Amino acid sequence: MGVTVRIPTPLRRLTKGLEEVKAEGSTVAEVIEYLDREFPGMKERICDENGEVKKFVNIYVNQEDIRFLDNITTKLNDGDEISIVPAIAGGVI
Amino acid sequence: MSFVKGLRCRECGREYPKEPLHVCEFCFGPLEVVYKYDEIKKSLTRETIVRRPANMWRYRELLPLDFPPTVGVDVGFTPLIRANNLAKVLGVKELYIKNDAVNHPTLSFKDRVVSVAISKAREFGFQIVACASTGNLANSVAAQAAQSGMESYIFIPADLEQGKIIGTSIYGACLIGIRGTYDEVNRLCSEIAGKYGWAFVNINIRPYYAEGSKAFGYEIMEQLGWRTPRHIVVPMAGGSLITKIWKAFIEFEKLGFIKKNEAKIYGAQASGCAPIVTAIKQGKDIFTPVKPSTIAKSLAIGNPADGYYAIKTMKESGGYGEDVSDEEIIEGIKILAKTEGIFAETAGGVTVGVAKKLIDKRIIPRDESIVLCITGNGLKTQEAVYGRIPDPVIINAKLSEFDQFLKERKKHSKK
Repeated sequence: MGVTVRIPTPLRRLTKGLEEVKAEGSTVAEVIEYLDREFPGMKERICDENGEVKKFVNIYVNQEDIRFLDNITTKLNDGDEISIVPAIAGGVI
Repeated sequence: MSFVKGLRCRECGREYPKEPLHVCEFCFGPLEVVYKYDEIKKSLTRETIVRRPANMWRYRELLPLDFPPTVGVDVGFTPLIRANNLAKVLGVKELYIKNDAVNHPTLSFKDRVVSVAISKAREFGFQIVACASTGNLANSVAAQAAQSGMESYIFIPADLEQGKIIGTSIYGACLIGIRGTYDEVNRLCSEIAGKYGWAFVNINIRPYYAEGSKAFGYEIMEQLGWRTPRHIVVPMAGGSLITKIWKAFIEFEKLGFIKKNEAKIYGAQASGCAPIVTAIKQGKDIFTPVKPSTIAKSLAIGNPADGYYAIKTMKESGGYGEDVSDEEIIEGIKILAKTEGIFAETAGGVTVGVAKKLIDKRIIPRDESIVLCITGNGLKTQEAVYGRIPDPVIINAKLSEFDQFLKERKKHSKK
């Protein structure tokens, strides 16, 4: 099961500058584990000590916020696109 | 000279240099500008401020530029009016309106943050500025980019009000309408910002940009005679303004410009998009994102970047949050226009509507000072009230027709 993950600027030091990486896993949680194996330290940046996504990290599967899906247990299909985006961006008033 | 020390993560406290950064690499927390308050205290006094021109740069020591601003040099110092007519309707004693519907140059409080952001972007050496916007920011970035001779790329939800679309394109900006909500525009822009080296005012320039909102708070205190109001109602979209007004109050207290920060701060949202208010009503620290559906498009952010801090700010101040329906928003716009002669955009209707609700529920007491924050101009969101106010009466250019019209009008009003 292959998916594409877009890496935000603050995490690119871990991916040696790569903006996009290939990953495997049938859920978002599995993909995070996969990333952590390939790029050690990734999981502690994305998740808190309980394994939940940190409050300043947003994850999207095919453009949809996983909080509208099944959070980190959201199931993935071959070819899905995952984006990791810092929460602190945009916002107006 | 600059009094900025650098940037610091609001969550873990890690320090960063003065660069176009906005997120802590370690915990993803937001970075915030840190000032040398001891030095500011030595060199800035109330007397110095009062002697300076009436614009927001009279507080320049507390804004994050290293050099004088290169755009928006006249922004700010908008009127704070005593709103006695509206006070009567709402049944309160001391009511004020801070009116950024007449801010310069694009009629919203966004001119404050953008003048800081674009001036800062030029200091950093950027050639291109960009933003994700629900409209007011788009107008201001387009106008001030034109003023600074920079190219601008502006991303908006495609279904914005005409006034906000035309009020962006006219300045020569490259305007891109995205099929989707602001939150989708914003996510896309975060990815664009990571790919192209542009100055996204509300992404990679955000720590500097957001500081511009503090001037809204400084002005309120100065215009009230160097004090905070007891209660202040602020509209919330991303939740940044409310936190920065609060920061302004705290800074003036720290510098001794006011005796004591006595304010309670209340956040206002539309019921069709109220993630922050919902969290505070449920007593939660963290909001759940929503899919927006409201006429208050400038506040339609379902995943507010500063939502967490907005909740914290309201709690810390002893304030609260409230939301109003589209119907109440329109009523709010109309009542403000009819009582005070101020035509605010939908966000202003939200603020007035929420204030009314909080006063009726006795959460805001009737006998203490209250400030309502009006952040944008009604001429930009005319669609919201179109068909909800009387059409003009059309007659021929004959005195007899007018006489007849007036007679009937008087008859009707007698009934």
